[in-house]
Amino acid sequence: MPWTRACAADDVDAEDVIRFDHAGQVFAIYRSPDDEFFATQGLCTHEAACLADGLVMDDIIECPKHNGRFNYKTGQAKGAPVTVPLRTFPIKVEDGAVFVDIG
Amino acid sequence: MTAVAAPIPATPRDYSLVGRDAAWAVESGLATAEWYHTEIPRKQMKALMQREDGPAIRDTIIWLGAFVVFAAGGIWFWGSWWAVPFFICYGVLYGGSTDSRWHECGHGTAFKTRWMNNALYQLACFMIMREPTIWRWSHARHHTDTIIVGRDPEIAFMRPPKMLMVALNYFAFPTVPKVIARVAYHATGRMTDEEKTFVPETEWPKVYAVARIWTMLHLIPIALALYLQSWIPVLLVGPLPTMYGAWLETIFGTTQHAGLADNVLDHRLNARTVYMNPLFRFIYWNMNYHVEHHMFPMVPYHRLRELHEIMQPDLPKPCSSLFDAYREIIPALWRQRREPDYYIRRELPPTARPYRPDLHGQESAAATAP
Repeated sequence: MPWTRACAADDVDAEDVIRFDHAGQVFAIYRSPDDEFFATQGLCTHEAACLADGLVMDDIIECPKHNGRFNYKTGQAKGAPVTVPLRTFPIKVEDGAVFVDIG
Repeated sequence: MTAVAAPIPATPRDYSLVGRDAAWAVESGLATAEWYHTEIPRKQMKALMQREDGPAIRDTIIWLGAFVVFAAGGIWFWGSWWAVPFFICYGVLYGGSTDSRWHECGHGTAFKTRWMNNALYQLACFMIMREPTIWRWSHARHHTDTIIVGRDPEIAFMRPPKMLMVALNYFAFPTVPKVIARVAYHATGRMTDEEKTFVPETEWPKVYAVARIWTMLHLIPIALALYLQSWIPVLLVGPLPTMYGAWLETIFGTTQHAGLADNVLDHRLNARTVYMNPLFRFIYWNMNYHVEHHMFPMVPYHRLRELHEIMQPDLPKPCSSLFDAYREIIPALWRQRREPDYYIRRELPPTARPYRPDLHGQESAAATAP
């Protein structure tokens, strides 16, 4: 599988998100309050705002533009104004680095 | 997306969401565009965005308590002139302060707990007579395309302004009669063509359901008034308090964008921050920090003052008071009656990053307005 190094694990604070750009695509890399890592597409499905500028609360990422909410673990849209789920990507941490399977 | 230069459409402006200027905004890159924002370090912004229940619970208890006190006073003194100030205050709460509660809870930033935001949102929507689903989506568009002609459904002061309509708006006229007609229309299971441009079809059943519930709820005070042979029920609940209490919210709300630029992609040009006293900021839930709110809508109302302090070097000088704001708004609106292209240009301090004409192709032309 095409695992791609996204960042160092320490680059992401607990209960936070950072942006990762690769091959013309934008991804969002999350670290949950339980120190688990997750990856989704980086732009909101509503109007393409950068999710890495948003707020992580437990398992929710809130879009910075219109406060649309997604579950970043499943990609599920959790309420207006977002209706389309986020695409999620497999992720792993090895030797302090975060890798994403961008498919 | 970055806007590209395009011919400025000749006035009169077409504010329809399905009209000429709507198409032009899309063609020229002004729709769903990249907007200027002040650079704030991520850790600092993350701290400002944090949610908590405490401030909004405290404010809501005080707010609901004030409703009870003023309603009780109005009823107690009914039949004498002493009832009038109580109803004035009650109206300011019912038809005025609900604007900021609707707004903040619509963003989901007032409370940390989701159901609290939703509950207060529904209550405020009912009082101020804004259909909750329609306005949730219209406000999302307002934040995407703030004061972009043909795109923003919440432009309160269209150019050229009609001064009689501006004055009537202080008593929510014809807004409230139009809402009554629109609720009746939605109750029959229909949406207008304009609403279809910003409300997804999956949300339409919610619009119809709320319209039917509202119709029934509004009949209750009317029936009670007839049964009791008293005006009190309809002065406390329904369209009347929304209208007689609208004036203060309109005084506040007018300052948000009136007289400033349209079709630009920088909130420093099209929104206004006004300093207010603590009572007004309680009623208005700090929406006087309007540039700050538009640039960073994730920041809760109770952190906006702090955000303002951080952003201040990058912002135009705020209006020092409501009086100061109206001193520039009234002459600007008056002038726009004859010169619709006129607007108040905001000067930036030397510490600010300059306006970026490349973001909005019209800026360089608009900047030449006297």
